[in-house]
Amino acid sequence: MPEINVTPLGAGQDVGRSCILVSIGGKNIMLDCGMHMGYNDDRRFPDFSYITQNGRLTDFLDCVIISHFHLDHCGALPYMSEMVGYDGPIYMTHPTKAICPILLEDFRKITVDKKGETNFFTSQMIKDCMKKVVPLNLHQTVQVDDELEIKAYYAGHVLGAAMVHIKVGSESVVYTGDYNMTPDRHLGAAWIDKCRPDILISESTYATTIRDSKRCRERDFLKKVHESIERGGKVLIPVFALGRAQELCILLETFWERMNLKAPIYFSTGLTEKANHYYKLFITWTNQKIRKTFVQRNMFEFKHIKAFDRSYADNPGPMVVFATPGMLHAGQSLQIFKKWAGNEKNMVIMPGYCVQGTIGHKILNGQRKLEMEGRATLDVKLQVEYMSFSAHADAKGIMQLIRMAEPRNMLLVHGEAAKMEFLKGKIEQEFSIDCYMPANGETATVTTNPSVPVDISLNLLKREMALGGPLPDPKRPRTMHGTLIMKENSLKLVSSEQALKELGLNEHQLRFTCRVQLQDPHSDPDTLHRIYTHLKSVLKGYTIQHLPDGTVMVESIVIKVSSSAEDSNAKVLLLSWSYQDEDLGSFLSTLLKKGLPSGLC
Amino acid sequence: MKLYCLSGHPTLPCNVLKFKSTTIMLDCGLDTTSVLNFLPLPLVHSPRLSKLPGWVSKDGTINLEKRELLDLSNIDVILISNYHCMMALPYITEHTGFTGTVYATEPTLQIGRLLMEEVVNFMERVPKAQSATCWKNKEIQRMLPGPLKDAVDVWTWKRCYSMQEVNSALSKVQLVGYSQKVELFGAVQISPLSSGYSLGSSNWIIQSHHEKVSYVSGSSLLTTHPQPMDQSSLKNSDVLILTGLTQMPTANPDGMLGEFCSNLAMTIRAGGNVLVPCYSSGVIYDLLECLYQFIESANLGTTPFYFISPVANSSLEFSQIFNNKCNAGCCLIVPVLLMFQLIQTNKLKHYPSIHGDFSSEFRQPCVVFTGHPSLRFGDVVHFMELWGKSGLNTIIFTEPDFSYLDALAPYQPLAMKCVYCPIDTRLNFHQVSKLLKEVQPLHVVCPEQYTQPPLTQSHRSDLMLELQPPPMPYRRCSVLNLPFRRRYERVYIMPELANSLVPSEIKPGISVATVSAVVHSKDNKHTLQSVPKPPPVAPSKKRKRVMDEPPVVLAPKPLLSGAVPLEAFLATLQKHGITEVKVEETADGHILHLQAEDTLIQLEEDGTHIVCDNNEPLRTTLRDLVLRFLQKL
Repeated sequence: MPEINVTPLGAGQDVGRSCILVSIGGKNIMLDCGMHMGYNDDRRFPDFSYITQNGRLTDFLDCVIISHFHLDHCGALPYMSEMVGYDGPIYMTHPTKAICPILLEDFRKITVDKKGETNFFTSQMIKDCMKKVVPLNLHQTVQVDDELEIKAYYAGHVLGAAMVHIKVGSESVVYTGDYNMTPDRHLGAAWIDKCRPDILISESTYATTIRDSKRCRERDFLKKVHESIERGGKVLIPVFALGRAQELCILLETFWERMNLKAPIYFSTGLTEKANHYYKLFITWTNQKIRKTFVQRNMFEFKHIKAFDRSYADNPGPMVVFATPGMLHAGQSLQIFKKWAGNEKNMVIMPGYCVQGTIGHKILNGQRKLEMEGRATLDVKLQVEYMSFSAHADAKGIMQLIRMAEPRNMLLVHGEAAKMEFLKGKIEQEFSIDCYMPANGETATVTTNPSVPVDISLNLLKREMALGGPLPDPKRPRTMHGTLIMKENSLKLVSSEQALKELGLNEHQLRFTCRVQLQDPHSDPDTLHRIYTHLKSVLKGYTIQHLPDGTVMVESIVIKVSSSAEDSNAKVLLLSWSYQDEDLGSFLSTLLKKGLPSGLC
Repeated sequence: MKLYCLSGHPTLPCNVLKFKSTTIMLDCGLDTTSVLNFLPLPLVHSPRLSKLPGWVSKDGTINLEKRELLDLSNIDVILISNYHCMMALPYITEHTGFTGTVYATEPTLQIGRLLMEEVVNFMERVPKAQSATCWKNKEIQRMLPGPLKDAVDVWTWKRCYSMQEVNSALSKVQLVGYSQKVELFGAVQISPLSSGYSLGSSNWIIQSHHEKVSYVSGSSLLTTHPQPMDQSSLKNSDVLILTGLTQMPTANPDGMLGEFCSNLAMTIRAGGNVLVPCYSSGVIYDLLECLYQFIESANLGTTPFYFISPVANSSLEFSQIFNNKCNAGCCLIVPVLLMFQLIQTNKLKHYPSIHGDFSSEFRQPCVVFTGHPSLRFGDVVHFMELWGKSGLNTIIFTEPDFSYLDALAPYQPLAMKCVYCPIDTRLNFHQVSKLLKEVQPLHVVCPEQYTQPPLTQSHRSDLMLELQPPPMPYRRCSVLNLPFRRRYERVYIMPELANSLVPSEIKPGISVATVSAVVHSKDNKHTLQSVPKPPPVAPSKKRKRVMDEPPVVLAPKPLLSGAVPLEAFLATLQKHGITEVKVEETADGHILHLQAEDTLIQLEEDGTHIVCDNNEPLRTTLRDLVLRFLQKL
């Protein structure tokens, strides 16, 4: 039995460094190649030595697919392709392809230039790696090779996020990456057709959460920001440059406009302008409303939001600052946080999920004293607020996707083990399908039972269709008989006659003749007629003919009567049938041996 | 498989393909050349035109003769290849009972919408007090003067559609992306391929598991603004339907562009204005692109360029967004098309119409791009009235759809210079024969115009398609039987049944297995499942003997093949205790007489006959022995 193996190298019962190996129909595919934000050592990258101990991965992988540009999904890509070694195709969507190298470069700068790490990929490696990228369009079916086929669906999580449908023959797997089932202010909702994959590999970041409506969250967010500004505090919102940031910007922009607020809003890094450009360029990836109105008014041109300069952090008075990165693990957001942490009037709003090990994660867990580099400690006095704005599907959304795709098996990654366990139970109960949640390095095996595609001769098929009448009748299944010819790799189903012809074989006729003695005091033609009547009454639903040349035909079985020379009452019946009528012929000879019933006329 | 050809216009095709119980309409181009029979619709009251008696019409023709040919409400899907070929969509989706789906790429839909909006806008801003229809009557038409009398099929001419009809028609469009495979009713799969002609333009592949039809319409190998043409996916087609070749086979687009630029420069230098009647999307992008490079070198930096169209702004925005080359070109985040620098540097300005801002900012000498290229409606009519009398000005025709002489007719006498630089980047005959050589379709279907040289140049045998086998020509209203027979269909054998099959090798490398299965057909997909076991017969007391029941044939016996070798058969008989065998040679084989059992076996090359009386066990034994030597099919 063919099977599909799924092995997470990262994101197995964990969030961060997503990297999942799938082997399906003899093809090996790597889904995502991310890094872990919580570690600074070897553990930050997936353990590629699982694939091979020595050397390059090119021979072991047919393709790599990146779902979106977040670093926990693509951060290890240059390391994998350039330092470990992989020359095959890397698939990602157009926006991902455009944005991913910028984020990688940013990340590289922080790690190498600021932290001074040496064993890390270089700018050149990022460029070389991006040369191996093949861009994907939504719904475009890409033939990786003759057998392997991939197709991207809209995932809604960030600009350019995609779910991928991977198909080999009749086996298939869907990998969701990160996705969002509710449309937000700038992106649409994830969608997939009823593709019935063998396995649906889904993220489960919010496996146990069912979030309240987006409107409530937005109101809460605005209220908190507003209160803090009113009492003269500074609000820090750590974000990733693209995605949530744009949504929150749109939100604050409209709020400022409406409330006529004067406090400045800043956006750190020069990415705003670039980011807006991307959104304009990839407007087809945003939601309906933005697409419809972009010609008149660009949603991403903000009046109240200005670029941030490092010196502004010390300015007096209230302000709102969007700063990158989103988990407070490095860079500008961390610097500002350190400056503002001591004042209880200030506030930090974490709008997304924070990976274990990051400062973001620590403060969200209520830690009030942080150990910084060089044994210094930092007292956290400012308010810490958490608002789940990250665009992951919640439990309801995951169930909704399962209903959409109708998978035969479910596999959870990108979530915490305990939460997964809960969701697994729910899924198994509601859909009665198997649900797997392998840990990193653990393999989940799913046995598939694919049907065999065969070319049937149209004549044969039509003959069968005609037998069943114009419409198929589920109560009376039509049985079809044919010969399957297996030649090299082709499978053809034809009628037996055609098979003989096609293979250049002669038919071999096997016939049987049987003489049956019978006592019947009638003339020969009468006897024959009596036989005819008898058979008519016994054999219902068969064609029985009384032919003028003195024979009775039952289907293709010939029955003749002659009387012996001595005794005209002793009749000799001659039955002759071919092998194809063996069952019936055998039955008839036994039946006639018993003689004719007397009651016949 | 049939092809119904509803349009004789080779670049505005409209064909209907019936394939495996689906009815697919390929494009619905709107032939608007009939507007040339009408007088221009002036924006500003023109004393000259209004003095002329006559009819001012609304719009063009579509060939609705098809009503007799086939019922349009049966059409399942409409495939659109580019935005020029969808202009008749509202006529079909709104007035025929059409209930299917229209497939198009996103740029095709958006720009097609713009073009339709533009036409509707042109028509609706000059409302007509009355409109006449009686002249369409054949009797009356015969009495009319001039060319109108000779116009064919006037009764098929229709009024222009309304915005509401456009919106309703376009709401039936389902977006597809290049290389996306769409299943139609499980019977066929359709897939658009980039055709390189305009933004979003596509060729279509219509295929089932065993048959493949390619529809090539308006393709280009020139690398201009759109994505390059996908040629390799067209390979191995059974039938290739070829439409939309260049309308200007003798005009080289690059040469024409050069001529366009030099004429433009000459006029401007002499202090004249240049009028370029054009559609608001398509060739204009190439013109602007070319002009950007040209104006620097030609020292025209200060000349203003105006693009006037109700949809000018959207057209420019869309062209930037849909520019696939820049999407594919990854890291570069600068405006990729040079023409956007024209806009950024304020050299190119666009206005929705001649009213409003334009009238105050308008500066001469200048270059104006505006529609409609037929010169019968749109802002261009105004400029013709304005500039026509001066010999300094030039009108440069770039769109090949209308004859420029006919277009100019109502404006004669005209002092303005006329230059005809038709730019048509679609495939020419040379390119198409090279393409066909490469993709090797079994059959080619094309409009009859492509199978003979153009009327005006009957000696140019290079301006026609010469193929082996010759292409199948079609004309308007012809119905072609496409020459291929479907012989196989895909079925799926369920795993349970597949496991139960017993293959036997007949020849080296070839195995056969007999299959008895139940066919399940659902959504045009067939699966074979094992024959369910009949429920065990309930023991009934009425039945005296089981043997009285005739056998229920579940599976017929297979056909046999091969021959029974005499020696080996005798040896086998011996093994089964049949020793007294008398062998007699005949013309065709042997007769074996089993003396003890009084049974005859006739062995021949292509048949075996067992004559056995009253001894069923023996007969079955013999049968099984014979079967050992034969192959079952």
